[in-house]
Amino acid sequence: MVGVHGFNGYVCPDRNAVDMAKLDKHFFDIGYMDTLSAQQTPIHQLDPRAKLITSLVFITTVISFGKYEISALIPYFVYPVFLGAMGNIPPVYLLKKLLLVSPFAVMIGIFNPLIDRDILISLGGIGISGGWVSFVSVLIRFTLTVGAALTLIAVTGFNAVCMALDKLGTPRVFVVQLIFLYRYVFVLVGEAARMVRARSLRTFEGGGSGIKTYGPLVGHLLLRTMDRAQRIYMAMCCRGFDGEIRILKPLRFGPREIGFTVGWSALFILMRIYNVPALMGSVIVGFIK
Amino acid sequence: MSHHIVEARDLHYVYPDGTPGITGICIRITHGESVAIVGENGAGKSTLLRHLNGYLLPTQGTLRIGDYPLTKKNLKAARRTVGMVFQDADDQLFMPTVYDDVAFGPLNLGLPVAEVETVVLRALETMGVSHLKDRPPYKLSGGEKRSVAIASVLSMSPDILVMDEPSSGLDPKARRRLIEQLKTFKHTKIIAGHDLDMAVDVCERTIVIHQGGVMADGPTLDLLRDEVLLEKSGLEKPLQMQNCPVCGPSNSNPDSSKN
Repeated sequence: MVGVHGFNGYVCPDRNAVDMAKLDKHFFDIGYMDTLSAQQTPIHQLDPRAKLITSLVFITTVISFGKYEISALIPYFVYPVFLGAMGNIPPVYLLKKLLLVSPFAVMIGIFNPLIDRDILISLGGIGISGGWVSFVSVLIRFTLTVGAALTLIAVTGFNAVCMALDKLGTPRVFVVQLIFLYRYVFVLVGEAARMVRARSLRTFEGGGSGIKTYGPLVGHLLLRTMDRAQRIYMAMCCRGFDGEIRILKPLRFGPREIGFTVGWSALFILMRIYNVPALMGSVIVGFIK
Repeated sequence: MSHHIVEARDLHYVYPDGTPGITGICIRITHGESVAIVGENGAGKSTLLRHLNGYLLPTQGTLRIGDYPLTKKNLKAARRTVGMVFQDADDQLFMPTVYDDVAFGPLNLGLPVAEVETVVLRALETMGVSHLKDRPPYKLSGGEKRSVAIASVLSMSPDILVMDEPSSGLDPKARRRLIEQLKTFKHTKIIAGHDLDMAVDVCERTIVIHQGGVMADGPTLDLLRDEVLLEKSGLEKPLQMQNCPVCGPSNSNPDSSKN
């Protein structure tokens, strides 16, 4: 248990304070995405639509592979790595974010080794079941797709991605929902963190941190959120909101964007048709023979 | 110039749960005036303010904003005339970037795109925050948020500026800067809040609200010197009009200290 030494050497009895600090930190970390997206590299300067379309093609091709596919997926790492490297995104930061959401992927694949026990391949006499292969395949796909999505946001910015969605014909309602979600997640988290802080500062060994206070806490947060929604709506009405949100964003889809989109998409499709590591393997084997 | 006028006649508002909000307010604020609306917590300031942008409609009495009486039909015109700055800037800055936020009003008013750009940049410049235009609002400091919130209203070129506690949560320097900026505005200004020192600095007229009604209405300095009135309405003399507890009794007239 870590205590915080306060004024006069007083030690706060707060086991929650540390978790709370973590909560704060993770969300400020999301804000770091915006800092990253404000850089000025050639990748950042591309029209967000180009990056969005390319990433969608990437994700579609990656998830279209069969469930036991591993080797053909490996070459796809070139895209997120390229984006991240060109866009000057710190890899450790991205990996941490991936780890944070990885439990979802693990949950999806964790039962495969138990259900699917047929031996699919044997490596040096040790049989590996289809379940394990598909589990690894799920993890690779997760890393590729979520990694690409995170890198896309880091080199484009969440709001620019929303703009791209809008320009590509996504219904306005959804786009505006996303924009508002992103705008207010920080306010909401700030509010929640303050409430948790207030609770943990008055929580002692005897209790007060259990489900009993958790319920009212969440309920209160909901009420506060509704109040805020009301005030935001009022602020929007005051400035002439009539049901439609107009956003000014001149975007330019030039030759560079066309090159980026077509080039990468063609590569993804080629890699989908031809198993590159298998091809390379057979070339090398042929060469040795 | 009748369109810069705010006139309330026997204004009543009762909340749906039966709580009386305001009871018989009569005020008339004319073109170019700068008026402070003060009163203790729960006196009815916010309820009055919510009428000025048509968020609430009076249960009894009439409110005239600019050329029109405030009714459901005239809401749009009233909101065009009155620029409302909210107490919590986070409620007001809802767009992804500062620029988008300041452009929100003008775009809704149907201004041509080229003109919107000029208007937005001018509003940002007036508040001295042009350098923030591409930043997301949640990354701004409290003072910056307030300035941007005011810019987002200025860009609609309202005739009347209404502000709810504009100096709350600002550090002393940011507060001083805001006061200096407000002094340069030619709009009709209605400023509600508890910052009586700001009222002294910015507003020549003060309206004291007490228990939903107007308790006093007159020149700021006269009202805020009246200790009996202040006591009755749950207020206190502005700090700059009190004797300094450290340096001892000195000049209590802010007029002479300014010159």
